[in-house]
Amino acid sequence: MKTLSRIYVALILVFLYAPVAVMILFSFNSGGSVWVFEGFSLDWYKGLATNTSMLTALQHTLIIAVLSALISTVMGTAASVGILALRKKISRSAVMSVTNIPMMNADIVTGISLMLLFVFVGNLFGLNESLGFFTFLAAHITFNLPYVILSVLPRLRATDMSLHEAALDLGCTPVSAFFKVILPSISTSIFTGAIMAFTLSLDDFVISYFTCGHYQTLPIVIYNMTKKTVAPDVYALSTLIFLCVFVLLILYNTLQSKSDSRRGFNV
Amino acid sequence: MFKKILAISLCLVLCASLCGCGYEYFDLDLESTYTREFAGTELNVYNWGEYISDGSEGCMDVNREFERLTGIKVNYTTFESNETMYSQLKNGGVSYDIIVPSDYMIARLKSEDMLTKIDTSALSNYKYIDDSYKGLYFDETEEYTVPYNVGMVGIIYNSALIDEPEHSWKALWDEKYRNMSLNFNNPRDGFMTAQKLLGYSVNSTNLDEWDKACELLKDGKDVLQSYVMDEIYGKLETGEAAIGPYYAGDYLVMLEVNPNLRFFYPEEGTNIFIDSICIPKCVENYEAALAYINFLLEPDIALANAEYIGYATPHTAVMNNPDYCYYQDEILYPKEEDIPNVEYYHDIPESVRMHYENLWLDLKLY
Amino acid sequence: MNKKSFGSRIVAAPYIVWAAIFIVVPLVIMVYFALTDSNGAFTLANFAQIGKFKKAFGLSVLYAVIATIITLLLAYPMAYYMTKLKISSQRMIMMLIMLPMWMNFLIRTYSWITILANTGLINKFLSLFGIGPLQLINTPGAVILGMVYDFIPYMILPIYTAMSKIDNSLLEAASDLGSNSLSRIRRVIMPLSLPGVISGITMVFVPSVSTFYISQKLGGNKTLLIGDAIEYLFNTGPQYYNIASTLSLILMVLILISTLIMNKFGDDEEVVI
Repeated sequence: MKTLSRIYVALILVFLYAPVAVMILFSFNSGGSVWVFEGFSLDWYKGLATNTSMLTALQHTLIIAVLSALISTVMGTAASVGILALRKKISRSAVMSVTNIPMMNADIVTGISLMLLFVFVGNLFGLNESLGFFTFLAAHITFNLPYVILSVLPRLRATDMSLHEAALDLGCTPVSAFFKVILPSISTSIFTGAIMAFTLSLDDFVISYFTCGHYQTLPIVIYNMTKKTVAPDVYALSTLIFLCVFVLLILYNTLQSKSDSRRGFNV
Repeated sequence: MFKKILAISLCLVLCASLCGCGYEYFDLDLESTYTREFAGTELNVYNWGEYISDGSEGCMDVNREFERLTGIKVNYTTFESNETMYSQLKNGGVSYDIIVPSDYMIARLKSEDMLTKIDTSALSNYKYIDDSYKGLYFDETEEYTVPYNVGMVGIIYNSALIDEPEHSWKALWDEKYRNMSLNFNNPRDGFMTAQKLLGYSVNSTNLDEWDKACELLKDGKDVLQSYVMDEIYGKLETGEAAIGPYYAGDYLVMLEVNPNLRFFYPEEGTNIFIDSICIPKCVENYEAALAYINFLLEPDIALANAEYIGYATPHTAVMNNPDYCYYQDEILYPKEEDIPNVEYYHDIPESVRMHYENLWLDLKLY
Repeated sequence: MNKKSFGSRIVAAPYIVWAAIFIVVPLVIMVYFALTDSNGAFTLANFAQIGKFKKAFGLSVLYAVIATIITLLLAYPMAYYMTKLKISSQRMIMMLIMLPMWMNFLIRTYSWITILANTGLINKFLSLFGIGPLQLINTPGAVILGMVYDFIPYMILPIYTAMSKIDNSLLEAASDLGSNSLSRIRRVIMPLSLPGVISGITMVFVPSVSTFYISQKLGGNKTLLIGDAIEYLFNTGPQYYNIASTLSLILMVLILISTLIMNKFGDDEEVVI
């Protein structure tokens, strides 16, 4: 039974990693194809350094991901606090239903509806160009927000209010009481929300596809590349990103298990 | 964790901004022709995929050379069909300074008042354009376009996988090539293959003829491996597919990878097209756009592009240059008697156009 | 203001304004497009055209349902076995499942072409034994495989989360009361992991039913799923925005209905996200 289950887990992991392995293999291809492996070379990695369109796209991706994660985290955390303070149950559930929409909806519908909004408003004001950096950023913030709120809100609800009251009784203003008492206790969930937002923004293709103008991110450039022949340099870049994330996660994992064993608790 | 991610991100951004060390600029000696008056401005160029020499494998990076020469930043994006380009331009989402549509799309853009006139007298290199490509039906007054590339559609096949087929569009319907044949994934070219086989004009305004062509395409759908655009490169080069129609210039590029590929123009006739440089109405940087067009017409640049793209060029200085790698290539520049019955696409009335766009959808939904 | 509430409603204001502008208004505009013709006049004609897209809708739902079922069948045992492992290995495997999600899904999907193509890795391997080539790429199977592959982490994670929350004492109690392992799974684990399953199903079904990239790359562009049809229309020109909006609207309603049905199954348990 035990071996069987291990084999099963291993098989699923093989399934998950088969395309990744293919990708890494072909990034070292000396030929120009991602179909036929001709020999080992590092040429595609060297070639990356001169590939301006891909590197600019990478830069755009990171800028958008960092900015949209930051803004949506701040706005989403504030929103969570405010939503809990809403007195009427009906207004609370109305806000929550709207919040759920981008998460439940298909990306293609979200992307198209946002594009229609931008284009519609652009035409209304007779703008020459209605899609740009700011509309793109707005789109990313919009689909990030629900994830931040749904990460922060439950934690906030479970927070012990008596501490906050105590702080108020001791003469704190509500604002400083929030920063000194509440914020530290919900920081993990804020952090989780931020990471989630960052990841989503980094990987988003469908919504970006419909809302990006000239400001093209890596998924868009990759999409355009897969429309023609994909050269191994895309694989080389993906392999590098993969390695970065891999190292980060390993580090995070070891740190986490160390602190866990120190504190001696189980998840 | 977050700090680390941030640190890594910053490193990557830094790498990205540091790059550019790998490319070696060419010695163009054009500093006297181009001013740096517009340095710091941006130019939005919207071109077909694989349609400019991009610096890969030691060739010239045309956009980069232009940036170095003029200080203008080029935002270069690509499209894969005239229709996509039209859609992007029409909805006003994005503005461009340079676009490269094909003939029929130029006629349509012009009729919808979406183009700005190009002051050809300001282009010192306009003289290089062959007269036979000037003043064509879509721009009789030579005011809106500067020809970029010329091409014809033919059929490419892999001689290692199949014998030479009869030189006819019929090959794409042939049961022999089940799961090995491809067809175009855009309505105009896709319909053309059926229309030519049926002996119709590609510019027919007879809806019945379009319906019949659609029926024919539906009949052939089951035999096809897939509908493709530039994906055809990978498929034909590796032998994943054995036969498919595409543009002659692309065949020459594929041939370098797979020497077993062969090419023919079908007897029933085919489409000839001209992709020309235009400036759309939404232009924001007109002067820089003119400089860019003139730059593309510089003999050295045009040569680099012609050799990279592989399409026939209307540029006389390239055409007549014996060092040009496709000099007097018989596929690109066939003798008059070798090509039967070529036809340009024309812009057709909106009712017909919407009819075939819907038929294409029917075909795909079928 | 109630002393218990530590916040003020005012801090939610930016978000509420934001949500109104970027979530509600776009949907209103989409409905407006769906109910007008290209000149802006009110019409229901767009809905009359829907019949044409029957097959695309049907195929999308069919593929998505099959993909969701396969994903569930693969993910459920995976999540179960994971909870049986040591905590440290659990964490390691979780990480391994999430890691590919950090990579661009376009590239991961594209890699499958190299594996499945007629001249691809599987067929090359089979040809060593004189078998094949098998037609793997450009088939419905390839499209479904792509969906399963791309979205399986969204199934494993919520089920695993739900399962790992199950109190061990419940299982012990069950065995004390004479349950064998099978009935423990059926009576205890299954009901308690249901919320995870529900949210997993939604998270796999929604992107599957609306995808347009997977079918283009792995399906050979020959069959249009509803996502492909919407994308084609949007890329053909603004005159098709109306019909495309209508399709999007119907897709949205379809998703809404299926989500509601799923949540009904999950009783009133809060869905784990």
